[in-house]
Amino acid sequence: MVNSLAIECDALRVRRGREEALHDVDLRIQSGSLVAVLGPSGSGKTTLLRSIVGAQRITGGQVTVLGSPAGSAALRRRVGYVTQEASVYDDLTVRQNLGYFRSIVGAPRGDVERVLDATGLADLGGRLVASLSGGQRSRVSLAAALLGEPELLVLDEPTVGLDPVLRVQLWNEFRALCDAGTTLLVSSHVMDEATRCDRLILLREGTVLADDTLPALLAATGATDAEDAFLRLVAAEPGGAA
Amino acid sequence: MNARRTLATTGRVLLQIRHDPRTIALLLVVPSLLIGLIAWLFTDTGTFQQIGPAVLGLFPFITMFLVTSVSTLRERRSGTLERLLTLPIGRSDFILGYALAFSLLAIAQALVAVGFAVWVCGLEVEGPIGLLVVVAVADAILGTALGLLASAFARTEFQVVQFMPALVFPQVLLGGILLPRDQMPEVLQAVSDWLPLSYAVDALNSVAAGDAVGEVGLDLLVIAAFAVGAIVLGSLTLRRRTA
Ligand SMILES: Nc1ncnc2c1ncn2[C@@H]1O[C@H](COP(=O)(O)OP(=O)(O)OP(=O)(O)O)[C@@H](O)[C@H]1O
Ligand SMILES: [Mg+2]
Repeated sequence: MVNSLAIECDALRVRRGREEALHDVDLRIQSGSLVAVLGPSGSGKTTLLRSIVGAQRITGGQVTVLGSPAGSAALRRRVGYVTQEASVYDDLTVRQNLGYFRSIVGAPRGDVERVLDATGLADLGGRLVASLSGGQRSRVSLAAALLGEPELLVLDEPTVGLDPVLRVQLWNEFRALCDAGTTLLVSSHVMDEATRCDRLILLREGTVLADDTLPALLAATGATDAEDAFLRLVAAEPGGAA
Repeated sequence: MNARRTLATTGRVLLQIRHDPRTIALLLVVPSLLIGLIAWLFTDTGTFQQIGPAVLGLFPFITMFLVTSVSTLRERRSGTLERLLTLPIGRSDFILGYALAFSLLAIAQALVAVGFAVWVCGLEVEGPIGLLVVVAVADAILGTALGLLASAFARTEFQVVQFMPALVFPQVLLGGILLPRDQMPEVLQAVSDWLPLSYAVDALNSVAAGDAVGEVGLDLLVIAAFAVGAIVLGSLTLRRRTA
């Protein structure tokens, strides 16, 4: 069934600056799954996510999202994107930020309170974003992407800078969204977060090292956790070092 | 184009400025202070009566150019523009939203500056004072439109500030404030025919001299055409996909 694929990348190539950041990436992500993109800094996670939301100029290949070419106008209300750096207005309050994005996506009024609750920000609604901590700011950015209940959420390192309690809370929220039918693609460089996902995509230097479930990955590499599996895959590569 | 998203953007920009009272105060007060300084400087000569009208158009133009180009650049750099462009907002909604917000500010600024020049500094105006306000507002909107366009070509704050001397100063020099345009070398006069600020200065001088309203209207049309052109170009330079 073709339409059960939320994201499809065929031979995706992206050049950023002088270097190629993604080399012939092929990916298939099922609708309704929670998938992690893991990889070290500079491996191309942000570039891949930007290509999927249609913000990245690509050099070659094809990206299809929810049945349409990535970035097409029809997708703009069906895909929610959280950039790596919190992209919200410092000089507005939390509620004013969400109110603005709500009217842009055309979500119902009550949605602002819903996403405030979902991200644990209910008590901070009246605070100026500039006065928030880094983790609080990135939650405001996440809350804005939840407005209008998009079918696909693309989240670039949403849990960076959060304490373990909040991190668990957010992953529970992601799982709940997924159970309700949303597809989530979440990047992270914390390999532990792999245990929370249906599938992992391991990126290294712009190529996909592995795209599998965690148990399958552990079985194939004989590793005990995702981090170990990643190191073993790197070592097993031709010319790989570890 | 979508009125709801345009107006939401206007409202958001105005809300942001409301959180920054110092900028509002500077916007409203600085042009008047400078006009007062010029009036004082030329107390014993007739120069203020000569250049005063043109100066009224100059300050709104310059401040709006700066405020607009800096705030849209900030939007590009903070990632909020990247996010917005993945959402269902038209590029023209974004640009028009900004233009509308700053035009409202420009109206307030022009009212204060014209009132100060006429009633405090004693600037003599033969034509209707309301028309002087209209031209000053048009100049401010022109500054906003050019600022929006300029910010598209700036990658950093340093660059955007350099656009001031690069784009604005030549217009000030050739606009007919320092030297009436018909006394300039022919080549420079021809160049100044293509600069929007020349028409602004022309319009302000016409109002002050009490010329026919039709002449001012023609200048206003040219200013509006430049502003619309800059806004259209500005929205074309917004790219949903970047490298
Ligand atoms: N704006 C840019 N211009 C030129 N090259 C870039 C740009 N942004 C990223 N790159 C390069 O593209 C490659 C992939 O970068 P990307 O941002 O996708 O990595 P990442 O996996 O998201 O890293 P991190 O975990 O640090 O966020 C890197 O080699 C990086 O140097
Ligand atoms: Mg990144």
